Amino acid sequence: MSAYSIVVIGTSWGGLAALSKLFGALPGDFPIPIAVVQHRSKESERLLPQLLQDVTDLKICEMDDKDPLLPGTVHLAPADYHALIDEGMVTLTVEDPVRFSRPSIDLLFISAADTYRKGTIGIVLTGANEDGSRGLQHLVKRGGFAIVQDPKNAEIPIMPSAAIKAVPSAEVLSLEGIAARLIELTLEPVHTGRRTPR
Amino acid sequence: MAVQVAEAPKSAIEPERPSFKPDLERIEIELLLEGIFRHYGFDFRAYAYASVRRRLWKRIEEEGLSSVSALQEQVLHDPGMMEKLLLDLSINVTAMFRDPNFYATFREHVVPLLRTYPFIRIWHAGCSTGEEVYSMAMLLREEGLYDRARIYATDINEVVLQRAKAGIFPLERMQEYTDNYIRAGGKRSFSEYYTAKYGGALFDQSLTKNVVFSQHNLVTDRSFSEFNVILCRNVLIYFDKTLQSKVHGLFYNSLAMFGVLVLGSKETLRFMSHEESYQQIAPPEKIFRKVK
Repeated sequence: MSAYSIVVIGTSWGGLAALSKLFGALPGDFPIPIAVVQHRSKESERLLPQLLQDVTDLKICEMDDKDPLLPGTVHLAPADYHALIDEGMVTLTVEDPVRFSRPSIDLLFISAADTYRKGTIGIVLTGANEDGSRGLQHLVKRGGFAIVQDPKNAEIPIMPSAAIKAVPSAEVLSLEGIAARLIELTLEPVHTGRRTPR
Repeated sequence: MAVQVAEAPKSAIEPERPSFKPDLERIEIELLLEGIFRHYGFDFRAYAYASVRRRLWKRIEEEGLSSVSALQEQVLHDPGMMEKLLLDLSINVTAMFRDPNFYATFREHVVPLLRTYPFIRIWHAGCSTGEEVYSMAMLLREEGLYDRARIYATDINEVVLQRAKAGIFPLERMQEYTDNYIRAGGKRSFSEYYTAKYGGALFDQSLTKNVVFSQHNLVTDRSFSEFNVILCRNVLIYFDKTLQSKVHGLFYNSLAMFGVLVLGSKETLRFMSHEESYQQIAPPEKIFRKVK
């Protein structure tokens, strides 16, 4: 039984390559669900899940409303909807874009942290805007665990740099480092002294 | 001794606080929704929790408050605050020919079915400001079906219905709508449907000749007729699964045999009442035919 209940990931520009590398390094039986917002255009909608499925043992699913969150599964937010995390499921909305984004990484992170509190792991990867940093800040305030891709080896460093600025306590790691850390964190039993970044 | 007694319960309670907190927020939210229902009559109790929570917090932050309980005090004592919250809680995001591929699929797969009917009754549930009603009217007219169709366009919100009836939409969105129209398989020139007037785009009023706009509440109201097509796109996503299932019961009972149910592109019938009574036509579009 993992101390964590969910991993939420946000990325935009360069996200496909980064997610491919990250998911390629995770086992198909990864013990908790993963929810992802990758900014993309409405048109690219049908390509992304297949491209990711080709490189990972995890199950890649594009979210439908009220989909149950499942272990070993990557739940991808669809283009043009916000994806919110509720207890054990996702809920979609079409309200206005937040900071020019729909789906919004901030909304994914905030809703996950409001639902799972310290059981939430939030990860910000490569990207060309600052979506995600407010959400990561909120996630840490709720006791969640923050990880950011090292801007030095991110395709576009803007998003991870903004996240580090907003959450200086976040662990800054390479993609390989993030995969290893996720496996380590989710193997940890419930009652060890897990460190919460502040 | 006194010090020890004071310390002991503290450390015993400490680890439990984080898991207690989420429940407290849930209690606060449930109390607020119950209060709104009993005081004002608006029933958001079976709305999707995560999206209600998000919209409550948006209002809390905009008002400079710090908790759901603080908002509750204001909402229950100040009808003005209730009005603001009502706007927050009702999402009215829509567009003409939203999801163009859906309209193209509807033309290809549903229109041939509709041609076999002498008269076509359509219910557009949760039509908001009406953009998608006008879109359907255009499509039916271009397919030569409009004159034998009647569209019942309903929404819970009287304000958006008035705007739908007026048929004036923002000029600045016409380029987007034109693109959608073309991708949706439109057969004319989109600009033929409107004239720039009153600071907006005034749509051809003959498009609403066979449209009845009326208030209807999916949560509390019953079926009011039998339809050949029911459209309800991106409305049920705001409800929890129990209420979704209840509304699907209403749709099932309002749909003629072999009638067509249309949902938003990310909505499903999974685990809903009558799930097995429908067949999906032309996936991935969420167009279902009632077969039993």
